[in-house]
Amino acid sequence: MVIIVVGVGATRGWRSTIVGSAGGFAVLAVLVVGLGAALVAIPIGILRLVIGTLLLAFGIQWYRKGVMRVAARGFAGVAGIPVTEEAEWAGAGMDWTAFALAFKGVLLEGLEIAIIVVSFGVAAKELGLAAVGGISALVLIGGIGLALRGPVTRIPRSVLQLIVGVMLTTFGSFWALEGLGVNWPAGDGAIPGLLVWYLGTALLYITLERRRLLGFQARA
Amino acid sequence: MERIWSWLYAFGRFWYGFIIGDDWTLAATVAVGLVLTAVLNARGFVAWWMVPVLVIVAVGVSLRRASHAHSRVAA
Repeated sequence: MVIIVVGVGATRGWRSTIVGSAGGFAVLAVLVVGLGAALVAIPIGILRLVIGTLLLAFGIQWYRKGVMRVAARGFAGVAGIPVTEEAEWAGAGMDWTAFALAFKGVLLEGLEIAIIVVSFGVAAKELGLAAVGGISALVLIGGIGLALRGPVTRIPRSVLQLIVGVMLTTFGSFWALEGLGVNWPAGDGAIPGLLVWYLGTALLYITLERRRLLGFQARA
Repeated sequence: MERIWSWLYAFGRFWYGFIIGDDWTLAATVAVGLVLTAVLNARGFVAWWMVPVLVIVAVGVSLRRASHAHSRVAA
């Protein structure tokens, strides 16, 4: 959740991302307060399928764009060399893409956390204590996100777009297939495996694209 | 009324850009991959590998198509 929000914020701009995250938390709070222990009855599988599919469909686009841009510009800027790159969003109004990505990421992961907290709380007959634990974890994760904001902003946008594209594709694939009822090998442990798979192939595609670009420039 | 239409148009355009974007084949691959996975999974086959493989193949084909289009324009 934090990685998606920080990545989207640094790439598309913070205002719409923060509004989207706040919207996700607001819906989450209404659901938790309104449903209470009945929260476990929410069809999380359908939510995972819908949100996972949307994140995958969007993530694959950023994945492709990220590969193309990093292949064209290299990793300039990563080593502290500043590069001039156009912003993904330069409009004055709300960036609905950033809003939707942050909203969906926060709502789905937040809902999963809330369901776990409520399940444990009901099972242990300590719902209040479980809620305090869940809220403390969210505050801690939010703090880590704020701390990461500075270093992440220094990464060039093309590289950041590739990283966020890889992450959205990873989480989108995982959630969408979980929503279909597919059993991943190693359960949640499949997420790092997917991350390595998508990142590795992105680096392979960047190498191939750079070779093609350099060959094209040499011929010109 | 005109305002409602313009809002609906903007709403539709946003979702088109969000899901379809620059290359519709990527979104189509995601849809086909999920349907195939659902069918295989329902018949008891191991199908978790389908979407990650199709995504990589679709991105590779899309990149290749974009490269060829770029080369034609530059030539």
